[in-house]
Amino acid sequence: MSIVSHSADNAAAIIAARDLSGRSLWVDARRRLFSNRAAVASMIGLTVVGLMALLAPALSPYGFATQDWNVVSCAPPWWPDSSVMCRAGGAHWFGTDAVGRDLFVRVLYGARVSLAVGFVATLVSLAIGVVYGAMAGYAGGTIDGLMMRFVDLLYSLPFIFFVIILMVVFHRNFFLLFVAIGAVEWLTMARIVRGQTLSLKQKEFIEAARAAGVGSAAIVFRHVIPNLLGPVVVYVTLTIPDVILAESFLSFLGLGVQEPLTSWGVLIADGANQMEIAPWLLVFPAGIMAAALFCFNFIGDGLRDALDPKDR
Amino acid sequence: MSEPILQVRDLDVRFRIHDGNIHAVKHVSFDIDEGECLGVVGESGSGKSQLFLATIGLLAQNGTASGSVRYRGDEILGLPEWRLNRLCGSRIAMVFQDPLTSLTPHMTLGTQIMEGLRSHHHLPRDVAEQRALEILEIVRIPEAKRRMRQYPHELSGGMRQRAMIAMATVCGPDLLIADEPTTALDVTVQAQILEIMRELKTELKTSVVMISHDMGVIAGIADRVLVMREGDVVESGPVDDIFYRPRHPYTKELLDAMPRLENNEGVQTCAAPAADAPNILEVSDLAVHFPVHIGPTATKALRAVDSVSFTLRQGETLGVVGESGSGKSTLARAILQLLPKTGGTVVWMGNHLDAHKRDDLRRLRRDLQIVFQDPLASLDPRRTIGQSIAEPLQSLMPMLTRDEVSARVRAIMTKVGLDPAWINRYPHEFSGGQNQRVGVARAMIIEPKLVICDEAVSALDVSIQAQIVKLIADLQSQTGMSLIFISHDLAIVRQLAHRVMVLFLGRVVEFADSEMIYSNPRHPYTKTLLAAVPVPDPAIERAKLHLKLTEDVPSPLDSRAQLMFLKSRLIDDPDAEQYRPRLVEVAPGHLVAEHDDVTSAA
Repeated sequence: MSIVSHSADNAAAIIAARDLSGRSLWVDARRRLFSNRAAVASMIGLTVVGLMALLAPALSPYGFATQDWNVVSCAPPWWPDSSVMCRAGGAHWFGTDAVGRDLFVRVLYGARVSLAVGFVATLVSLAIGVVYGAMAGYAGGTIDGLMMRFVDLLYSLPFIFFVIILMVVFHRNFFLLFVAIGAVEWLTMARIVRGQTLSLKQKEFIEAARAAGVGSAAIVFRHVIPNLLGPVVVYVTLTIPDVILAESFLSFLGLGVQEPLTSWGVLIADGANQMEIAPWLLVFPAGIMAAALFCFNFIGDGLRDALDPKDR
Repeated sequence: MSEPILQVRDLDVRFRIHDGNIHAVKHVSFDIDEGECLGVVGESGSGKSQLFLATIGLLAQNGTASGSVRYRGDEILGLPEWRLNRLCGSRIAMVFQDPLTSLTPHMTLGTQIMEGLRSHHHLPRDVAEQRALEILEIVRIPEAKRRMRQYPHELSGGMRQRAMIAMATVCGPDLLIADEPTTALDVTVQAQILEIMRELKTELKTSVVMISHDMGVIAGIADRVLVMREGDVVESGPVDDIFYRPRHPYTKELLDAMPRLENNEGVQTCAAPAADAPNILEVSDLAVHFPVHIGPTATKALRAVDSVSFTLRQGETLGVVGESGSGKSTLARAILQLLPKTGGTVVWMGNHLDAHKRDDLRRLRRDLQIVFQDPLASLDPRRTIGQSIAEPLQSLMPMLTRDEVSARVRAIMTKVGLDPAWINRYPHEFSGGQNQRVGVARAMIIEPKLVICDEAVSALDVSIQAQIVKLIADLQSQTGMSLIFISHDLAIVRQLAHRVMVLFLGRVVEFADSEMIYSNPRHPYTKTLLAAVPVPDPAIERAKLHLKLTEDVPSPLDSRAQLMFLKSRLIDDPDAEQYRPRLVEVAPGHLVAEHDDVTSAA
């Protein structure tokens, strides 16, 4: 008898404990994100690519700059066109380029640069854009007008022109890539955030906070920005591929990373030059980059659905 | 007896969601006879809407329905969509709650009304147009010809709902299902819409299903009533039995929860403050005007609040009543300095509020708090309710330590009837009533001297309304604070207010003690408002002289609008500077704006 009542008490306690923890928005969002198969597969795929890029030296016996003149422009061992294969050269899984460097290792080193640019430049644009946009939107009126006209002004500067000026003034520098791309990408972020803030400002809970005596800065950081997270997180996942593409474009023009260091954009540019004689030089970097971009977009879609407040 | 038009047997509706199944409707059976009006009452979540969505095959994707639904003997549950489409719209029509979202914004009214005729009956354009005009006359839309070419945003809420009813009835359906058709509307407009539905029933012999949470609405129109709770029909029967001889305790509960105009027993109003209680708030000639662009360069002032004056004593409750657009919320925000005022003064305990700098204002916010209308919208969805309640403490009393704040939050949560263990939960986990308790707790935590309740209970179910009103009354008697209680619902204001102010287009039309205004209203607008309040008593509702109003409330931009009740002083020019009706003291403490029966002696 006592045992029965005891276990009933236990059950009640367990239920109470579960009630106490509640279901937060983030727990809900995570559950919805993880039930989205495409998003989960994309996250796994990106993690694998990222880990391989980090561990690149351990995965292959070749260095990214080591040239092996015995295996110049060799196709991978399993390439269908046997005439260009160099079986003696060893295990070059993605083949080699025109100066005998292993393409597999170079793709992984390229991933380091491209993903780093992608994440860092996006974070830079995120930080500037969110704060700037939220402030402009919340302030409204003349301040908003002035701040947004400044954004328009920067928008009207041609991107390439801007990068070339930076290169001339500060000389070619890997760090400049982040600055140049981040400086352009935050503009769109600021616009999106400002628009969202304008509609958020009308919400009753903002008015409630004002009635509670909360100051403007506190309202922006405590009430406006957290509620922007949904659209912002989604836009971030769309910005990362954008940034990677921008870096590729700059590298394609020769304004990006310098040899022997490489990025996906540089590899694709090289591959495109030789695609008639050595198509694998284009196929592998382009394929992996396309796959990574797909992954980012799927994750973005998944996050958008997971963070949609209507789905609560 | 003829065959029922709709026969529902054993209808069961379930929804699949992440946390399991929801059994929304549990084996419900009923009949609807020809020309009959079936009222369906229940609180939100009782499954009353889902029952009828399932009946006409409009369930959401994750819902499944089983049982049997026969329309004139034919089974219609589970019919393929194209056959249901043919039936819905032409034989069975539905009117939804929100008239704006149910109309397509980019199509003119005429096109939308004719759409059904042209697709169901393949009528040529001119015949369809003729029919559409006729139906617009029936639903009493004035200047029907011009309205046909207008877009939904050009119409008022009441006009839109009439247009929706016109769309629904244009094909001459046997059965009209109206899902809370008047919930989003003002009382006077609600009375007009109900009158139109009553006419459809008697003149066109249409059967009507009226779904509502308001017993008053049901009493006026229904022949038979279903009372629903948690998916079950707990009681059903003729309307008189339900209202005069309710058997189920839940029906009695619903009836008791209805605030009534004729008496205010049940809720104990706080005793009126002593005559020598000090004035804490003095508002004189307060005006808030918004510039509205009427042309590329021209602007016109929209007088949202126009020369409103009153004083409020400590411990007193002032009721502010008016329909949408009457400026009652603007008034609240102007008093709290959330909106800049155009003219007049607000004096709080001897201090001019407007003269203060920002820092002083913040200190004053310790004394002045507000409870908002929409409980969910007024809470930040990304903050726990504990954080929301603590916010005024953090910003206005920053010297408190974290433990002190948390202790106070827990104390106030107990006071407003929330379990302190819920401190870390988020607003979306709670019902509207619980969230409104959070709103009340947030306003009360710094022990303010004046709380403004801006339609604080309007978005809640009737039974929850009663709970929140009681909570506010209890807190008032404990703390001795003053209240400004803003509502469009005269019956609720009666329960709390010591004095009542009636606003019409930003101006006071009547201002008197609560007793006086309800027993002896003097201004025609107050009388209209009182007459329009639905009473949960079928006999009274039937005996009511039904309003035959077709007019909309005039636009506040039109300077003639103010003189709607004082036509003798009207200058018929929309831009002319008009006479402003003054307040006349008809009895001690009873102020009435001049109207055609009462003009000042001068």
